[in-house]
Amino acid sequence: MIKVENLRKAFKGHVVHAGISFVLNKGETLTIIGGSGSGKSILLKQIVGLVKSDSGSIIIDGKEISRLGEDKLQEVQKMIGYVFQESALFDSLTVGENVASGLNNLARLTALETLKIVEEKLALVGLPGIKEFKPAQLSGGMKKRVGIARAIAMNPQILLYDEPTTGLDPVMSDVINDLILKLKKETQMTAIAVTHDMKSAYKISDRVAMLYQGKILEVGTPQEIQNSKNGIVRQFISGSSSGPIPIPGQKFQPLKSE
Amino acid sequence: MNKKLESLFSISGNFVLLLSKPCGEIAILLYRTFFWIFKSNTNKRNFFLQLQEMGARTFPVTSLTLLFTGMVLALQTGYAFIRVFNEPLYVGRLVSASIVKELGPVMTAVVFSGRVGAAVAAELGTMKVTEQIDALYTLGTNPVKYLVVPRFLAAMIMLPLLVIYSDFLGTIGGYLVAHYRFDIPTNVYFDEVYLLRLKDVFHGLVKSFAFALLVIMVACYRGLNTEGGAEGVGRATTQSVVVSMVLILVGDYFLTALLIAFGLG
Repeated sequence: MIKVENLRKAFKGHVVHAGISFVLNKGETLTIIGGSGSGKSILLKQIVGLVKSDSGSIIIDGKEISRLGEDKLQEVQKMIGYVFQESALFDSLTVGENVASGLNNLARLTALETLKIVEEKLALVGLPGIKEFKPAQLSGGMKKRVGIARAIAMNPQILLYDEPTTGLDPVMSDVINDLILKLKKETQMTAIAVTHDMKSAYKISDRVAMLYQGKILEVGTPQEIQNSKNGIVRQFISGSSSGPIPIPGQKFQPLKSE
Repeated sequence: MNKKLESLFSISGNFVLLLSKPCGEIAILLYRTFFWIFKSNTNKRNFFLQLQEMGARTFPVTSLTLLFTGMVLALQTGYAFIRVFNEPLYVGRLVSASIVKELGPVMTAVVFSGRVGAAVAAELGTMKVTEQIDALYTLGTNPVKYLVVPRFLAAMIMLPLLVIYSDFLGTIGGYLVAHYRFDIPTNVYFDEVYLLRLKDVFHGLVKSFAFALLVIMVACYRGLNTEGGAEGVGRATTQSVVVSMVLILVGDYFLTALLIAFGLG
């Protein structure tokens, strides 16, 4: 379904991806974990075509998409839904118009058909009856769910989640996790999520991949990752400040646990 | 000596690069704007919203500015001529020519850049830092087509209309002072105003189109290239206003010279 091969990306000489490869099967959910600034979001943006990779390939359903022009990329974008970290709802539009924006641009539907889909998707994310609200009137958790409703409005085959639970309280984080699982069950969508919320990663993933220093360090089921022998993976998933991961700008030594 | 020469070349080279990069990028943005104008239909809702924002909501400020500009011009001219000739001569001629050819387009464009340019840069900048521009791409909309084209078209229509309106108000402002302060009869003032030639009005209108293009392209470019959160949005907004104001004032001289050379002086 999705095949990423030897993907490389650098910004002004700073290498973000030094050859990333992985394969994702249809209906599978892969979670990419990694520290802040490790290039997780950039990876998603390359898959959806927002950022061009320097080299390597991204193949979706047998089609190489990393070098497509703007016109052809639109065809790919119809297949992919993207849930942004801060929801990225359009402030000037109502919730209903936000959810309908992809449909208005990419599908040829009547106003009534669009309205029906908007109501259906808002109900699916547990927010019926808010289509007249403006994004500024919503809480963080509601914005995330509207963001998800907007991303799935076109019934995409692939859904990309950029830190779906960041900035939410633990209960709301779990609501989002449940919603991701519900969508997976009901729509059989292939999904990639990037997060550093380990609870979320264990709950929603079929497989978890750790991104470290521009490469995939380890891939496995949540169980395999939890039992990893790799010191870097162990330090990251336990959230410890002491271990092999260098902490940039840190002048003091982390406290050693007894 | 060689090192000094080297650093001189390096500084001047960097300066040229610093200046030419945004110019090139604005030219590309302009090309893409025209590409989308001709390739697909403009979003009507966005277009009319922008017309309202740039026209109806800007005209009170421009009205006030140009009314008082006309008034102060008449006041200065009147007293200056009284000192020399003992009577206020040519007030109508001077006020109308100055307003229509220079102050109308320039003052309106300066107010427009402060009111509209700042708003456009801030709005697009906020959309950029909150990933709304990226969201547009993923939802199958080109940001240039959806955001820049309606703003560009609205500015190209509204600024010239505002300038025509400002010319009228500035002349009326001049009349109020000429008539009530210097007792110049209405027919004398307006006879002098009617001495304006059509090409004088064209002179001002050509400038208004050029200034509209300048203000809106600088604002859209700065907005779409905003980086660095709230601070970045503030910087983009300030830069957009400062750069467009400087370009309006500097460009005005060269444009005037060019129009005179083409017989539209």
